[in-house]
Amino acid sequence: MLYLILEQALNGLQYGLMLFLLAAGLTLVFGIMDLINLAHGSLYMIGAFLAAAFYQWLGSFFPALFLAIIATALIGVILERLLYRRLQGMSHLSQVLATFALILIANETIKIIFGAQPLMIGMPASLSGPVELVTDELYYPAYRLLIIAVGLVVAVGLYVLVNRTRIGMWMRAGASNPQMAAVMGVRIKPLFTFVFALGAALCALAGALLGPLLAVSVGMGESILIPAFEVIVIGGIGSMRGALVGSLLVGMIDTVGRLLLTFGLKLVVDGSTAATLGPTLASMMVSLLMVAVLFFRPQGLFPARG
Amino acid sequence: MISRFGPSRSTETPLLIGLPGPWTAIAVAVILAIYPLVMNSMGEDFYISMGSRVLILALAASALNLALGYGGMISLGHAAFLGIGGYAVAILAKSGIDAAWIAVPVAVGCAAAAACLIGAISLRTRGVYFIMITLAFAQLFYYLAISLPQFGGDDGLPMTARSVIPGLPLDGDLGFYYFVYFTAGLAFVLLYRLVSSRFGRALVAIRENERRMAAIGYPVYRLKLMAFTLSGGLAGLAGALLANLSLGVTPHTLTWHQSGILMVMVIIGGSGYFWGGITGAAIFLLLEETISAHTEHWNLVLGALLLFIVLVAPDGVMSLRERVRALLGRKPAGGAEAQSSIAAGEKAQ
Amino acid sequence: MSQPILQVDQLVKRFGGLVATDHCNLEIRAGEVHALIGPNGAGKTTLLAQLSGELASDSGRILFEGRDITRLPIHKRVAEGIVRSFQITTLLPRLTVRENLALAVQARTGHSFDFLGTVADESDLDEGAEEAARRVGLLDLMEHIVGTLSHGRQRALELGMALACKPRLLLLDEPMAGTDPEESKKMGDLINSLREEHTLILVEHDMDAVFRLADRVSVLVAGHVIASGQPDEIRNDPQVIAAYLGEDETATENMQ
Repeated sequence: MLYLILEQALNGLQYGLMLFLLAAGLTLVFGIMDLINLAHGSLYMIGAFLAAAFYQWLGSFFPALFLAIIATALIGVILERLLYRRLQGMSHLSQVLATFALILIANETIKIIFGAQPLMIGMPASLSGPVELVTDELYYPAYRLLIIAVGLVVAVGLYVLVNRTRIGMWMRAGASNPQMAAVMGVRIKPLFTFVFALGAALCALAGALLGPLLAVSVGMGESILIPAFEVIVIGGIGSMRGALVGSLLVGMIDTVGRLLLTFGLKLVVDGSTAATLGPTLASMMVSLLMVAVLFFRPQGLFPARG
Repeated sequence: MISRFGPSRSTETPLLIGLPGPWTAIAVAVILAIYPLVMNSMGEDFYISMGSRVLILALAASALNLALGYGGMISLGHAAFLGIGGYAVAILAKSGIDAAWIAVPVAVGCAAAAACLIGAISLRTRGVYFIMITLAFAQLFYYLAISLPQFGGDDGLPMTARSVIPGLPLDGDLGFYYFVYFTAGLAFVLLYRLVSSRFGRALVAIRENERRMAAIGYPVYRLKLMAFTLSGGLAGLAGALLANLSLGVTPHTLTWHQSGILMVMVIIGGSGYFWGGITGAAIFLLLEETISAHTEHWNLVLGALLLFIVLVAPDGVMSLRERVRALLGRKPAGGAEAQSSIAAGEKAQ
Repeated sequence: MSQPILQVDQLVKRFGGLVATDHCNLEIRAGEVHALIGPNGAGKTTLLAQLSGELASDSGRILFEGRDITRLPIHKRVAEGIVRSFQITTLLPRLTVRENLALAVQARTGHSFDFLGTVADESDLDEGAEEAARRVGLLDLMEHIVGTLSHGRQRALELGMALACKPRLLLLDEPMAGTDPEESKKMGDLINSLREEHTLILVEHDMDAVFRLADRVSVLVAGHVIASGQPDEIRNDPQVIAAYLGEDETATENMQ
């Protein structure tokens, strides 16, 4: 049981870190540009599809990953220049609708180019086996460990970027008070473009890394968008630290919570009911957590605006 | 002193904009009453059930319009109320209760109760947080529906037959159309009375400036909650009718994609206009029907159309009437011309 | 000596670590024009928001005609007769003057939860709206869209909205803000004409206006009242002068 929980905790860490890659970009765009971007998940989907396409072309994982990140970042820049820049300053309703439109367009375009069938990305052969973490008791897939490692490295990198560099200072200034930042001479437009490209690149990284574990399919963006939104609301919009803590919290609830809930429910109801009820309650708990946070701490756990 | 709130005004402010005159309403009602008879005589029964679908979604979109357009509450979770209405009818039918006079009111009651609860919590938040929290609540119901076996899981709940009204067979397309026509018609009359009442006026004014309305003594929170609850109840009614039309519900009704589509309908028609939800739903479904016949990429067209509307014509189709009028230099729409006449009035002081 | 209509007793409002209203005591007598002055950041706007009910108080009490209203929501306080106006014009700019005022009348007469009631008979709203418009000199502009009016007229409407609520205690937050000298004088006359029917709390930076209009003045510094009294007493109060000196010299000069 202990190792089962430990394994699920690692899964939770892995899921949480991937959520963080999405939430980090989402929270920055939200916080700095005051823009609701429902299509953030579409960038994740596009990243995954591009990775799959490059993988089929090159037959090798890491170069495909790299190219997908560059290409998605470019798409992000183009979208920012063409659309998002205009949406800024429009009502939230307009932003919701326009980015909803973007989801429809992205899904349909992907369907036209790649067809409706899910694509596969093969994982690098050297990482396909399990690693023995605890002798004879706990084996864990090497590839998932890689994801965790990459997630941690990116988290540290983003922390350094936001807290230790000039661009990061601008970002923080922009997130806490955009007008003030503009007055103080932060060149806000190139900053937006940069933030958007960064967000898109992180989406692609998450999409490509998860590619070998999930099927790369149309609609994968929407299924991860809701948890990503829940993460940033829980963490506090615009806050990088909030995004990290929120992601890990949501990741853990979804995996460990699911296990413990199912286990706990088995004590009360019969096995099959527990097996369906557990995951439901875990998913609902994340939504409930967000509702509770909004109710008691509307600014999130780590508010960016003071 | 002539009442200046009457319909015969030269400038239309947001309090009055888009309220239909009686003749328009009567004309629409008559056309919709004759429509299935014409289709029936032409042997095009498919278009009768299509008509039912349009009316039902027009009701759903109008329900959202009450919250979104009139109340300024950007709910991205209205699919939940649609779904709750549908599931209520389907669950009742499964347990043997198929009388419409029980099933439909129960569906409306459940949806309104859910809206009251969700609204009570959500309306304490503002702006983007309101959008997010309504979305999260709708997701809760979605998760519930897909994972509870009692709710049919991913497959949803099929119904073996439509609700029963003694004396009116609902199994045929024509009979069902008239059931929808009268039920939705009643709801539209209610909606009209709502938005043209003092309640509706207060609601629009709260949308325009909430702080001011609070300062002059309106219980803003309660008024908004009431509107949200009514909106949810009416969406639940649409859900009950929709379940009857398609003989069952699926969790897809509860997805946030569906909430988005309802919002799109309101925006296409014109948010805050009485005919906005109805026009929007009709245009949406007709476009979907015709375009899907030619290409399977309807969503691409819809996306492009939506982007165009947001960037170019954010007030929707119903505002075109005033735009055209303004272009033709006839009645001003409270816009540029009204301003210039006021500027002249100021100078004359 | 008339009875206090409003008593503020040890009122506190904290924002995080900052104490904006710090055990504030204040007494307003029925029928007086009571000016509330103080240097920038003294907490005048916060106190006003607490009195009107927009901000919840952390501790202390507010008594209106002897009854505790500390926990009442805004709309209940308006029903009791406490209405505020805003420093930054807060109107419904896309609506006409008549519609703005009629909404204020409607709030008072109720029926806002009357969903189905016919709206054919608006005479009660019209009468109230016209009465308020006459008071503030906007009767000729009833059908004009508010957003197109001059700043001075919008300030007048701002006051008219509050008057249409038939308040007994009016909280005026810098009614002269942003007006030119002529408009400012008009506003002064208007406020002067209100003193027979209403009790007024006047927050204002224009010291000339304050000392011309006020029956009594209270000075708010760092969230509590350091002095209350007749304008002459306040003018010569050494504590008050000290509080203003260095803070805002022109204000001090104006006071002398």
